[in-house]
Amino acid sequence: MSDLRIHNHPILKYVRGNPLKFYFEGDERIGYESETVGAALYATGLREFSHSFKLDRPRGMFCAIGQCASCRMRVDGVPNIRTCITPLKENMRVERQMGAGDKPANTSRAKTYKKDLEADIVIVGGGPAGLSAAIYAAKFGAKIILVDRFPKLGGQLIKQTHKFFGSRKHDAGTRGIDIAERLIKQVEESPETMILDESEAFGYYEPGMIAVAGKDTLYKIKAKKIIMATGAAEKALLFENNDLPGVYGAGAAQTLMNTYGVKPGDEIIMVGAGNVGVIVTYQLLQAGVKVKMIVEAMPKIGAYFVHAAKVRRMGVPILTRHSILRAYGNGQVEGATIVQLDDNWQPIPGTEKDVDVDGIAISVGLRPTYGLLNQAGVKIRFVPELGGHVALRNRNLETSVKDIYVAGDIAGIEEASTAIMEGRIAGLSAVIDMGLAGKEAEELRESVREELKELRAGPFGTRIRQGLEKVEVL
Amino acid sequence: MEDYEKTGVVTLDYLEKLGNVPSEERLKKGPVAMTECVQDIPCNPCFEVCPVKAIEMPEINHRPIVNFDKCIGCTLCMQVCPGLAIFMLDKSKEKPRVTIPYELLPMPERGDSVVLIDRNGNDMGEGKVVGLLFPDKKYRSALVTVEVDDERLLYEARNLRVVGK
Repeated sequence: MSDLRIHNHPILKYVRGNPLKFYFEGDERIGYESETVGAALYATGLREFSHSFKLDRPRGMFCAIGQCASCRMRVDGVPNIRTCITPLKENMRVERQMGAGDKPANTSRAKTYKKDLEADIVIVGGGPAGLSAAIYAAKFGAKIILVDRFPKLGGQLIKQTHKFFGSRKHDAGTRGIDIAERLIKQVEESPETMILDESEAFGYYEPGMIAVAGKDTLYKIKAKKIIMATGAAEKALLFENNDLPGVYGAGAAQTLMNTYGVKPGDEIIMVGAGNVGVIVTYQLLQAGVKVKMIVEAMPKIGAYFVHAAKVRRMGVPILTRHSILRAYGNGQVEGATIVQLDDNWQPIPGTEKDVDVDGIAISVGLRPTYGLLNQAGVKIRFVPELGGHVALRNRNLETSVKDIYVAGDIAGIEEASTAIMEGRIAGLSAVIDMGLAGKEAEELRESVREELKELRAGPFGTRIRQGLEKVEVL
Repeated sequence: MEDYEKTGVVTLDYLEKLGNVPSEERLKKGPVAMTECVQDIPCNPCFEVCPVKAIEMPEINHRPIVNFDKCIGCTLCMQVCPGLAIFMLDKSKEKPRVTIPYELLPMPERGDSVVLIDRNGNDMGEGKVVGLLFPDKKYRSALVTVEVDDERLLYEARNLRVVGK
């Protein structure tokens, strides 16, 4: 059986914990304590995780962070388990799920409890924005419940092995993984903050109440203020066979290799030369994966030049005005057909070229995950400059529904550094608005606003500024 | 649109035009930083970390400009640069030397031969590792100083590969 686990890495040290025996369709496999079911299966060579609902097409892991449905499997008799965010346990029995899946074989495992909780602030999402909101609100004595979907806090920061850009005052030059570690520690050490990890906030049914599915408990959490920091999901791209196992988000590749130490493939093509595309390409090279090329439909590279330069000097070509036409392969990706585009974005006949790869990583942008906001009746607007549907808000990041705030990528796709600052603003606004904090917090909030403004002031911030003008209207 | 925005490669000519290439005279005095950060992006760690204020940056969105006379070649900016876009050049020793940030495996050792690679990813020639700095845990980018015979490599070699490991 293949083992795609990475054992030597220039930046990371993987602490895997004890080996765990589990079964995939009766076949014994070995995973580790640190792994999710999906990561362990991927590491042992599985590509086909499920079959689609209607057309019975094979599906592989696509997002690796619980946002899509591709890796849903039957685990210990229970269908629809997102294996990418479910921690592996000894003796688990895992099977591929065909379509919707049969109902649970035995319901005893599904025994759950109900519990009502109360807090000053409930924060949904434990990434850089949510953590920062928690830290700044806790400074002023707020009782906080932080709800996070993942086995480990930190959101997507925990896979950012590169050093951050931005202001030195705010950790620029420090690697994302190190920033995450520090933020997580601060939140975990806060006595006023309760953390519900592996917990999904799934409903907003009445004002001030969030419904959460925890590990084995269903929570009704009542809070005076709600901060939504649910982040973003990777966008898909339309092309033939774009659902073939082996087509995945660039972020999924990053999660597999940097969070779990699993190579997403041996030879990959990257689609999209924005910052995510070139940064993940660099990290793939660091993990020992060959990246054959980056194709970019735009006439120029969207990423910061310095990021592009790093992969170019490692020999990775970047083909602008090129895109992917189709994926091919029997049951899983064996290659991609690329094509040159004309100035009207149309494929130029005769320029098609087959590139043999075992993975196609898509980095064509992110979109805010605004589902809960929608459910709460928050006024939403589609703003392309911010990546998609975002909430209208005031300067304090409060939305059109009183007591609901947004921070981070849910408020518009930017970067971890801006998410951290927005988290601070939302956290401070919440404590100010509920009367827990006064002048000191207001001054602090003003200084964060100034720094945020400064970061967005350059030519690379133009689109963000234009987008914000459309939503910062309340 | 500048060429580098399409290619991901900046030319030496372009860097010279920007004033990013230190003079022969300065290089003879000792190591000096050459930045290849050419866009106005919101980033300032090099500016903040410089102990002698040799990096000018009117505001955070401005590209760094090195005052070569002030620069003491301490490599702190290289260690902290998230773009790995700063290199150290030196012609004060017997043979010319270039220092390259390196975050890959295998890691070279002092005395190793390495293949030097240009901005396009093409092999350019060989050099010998004469200095190796593993900055503290916080930064984790190694800085590899390579001695070369051909001084042209100082200006063109921006990546390396360890030979025979």
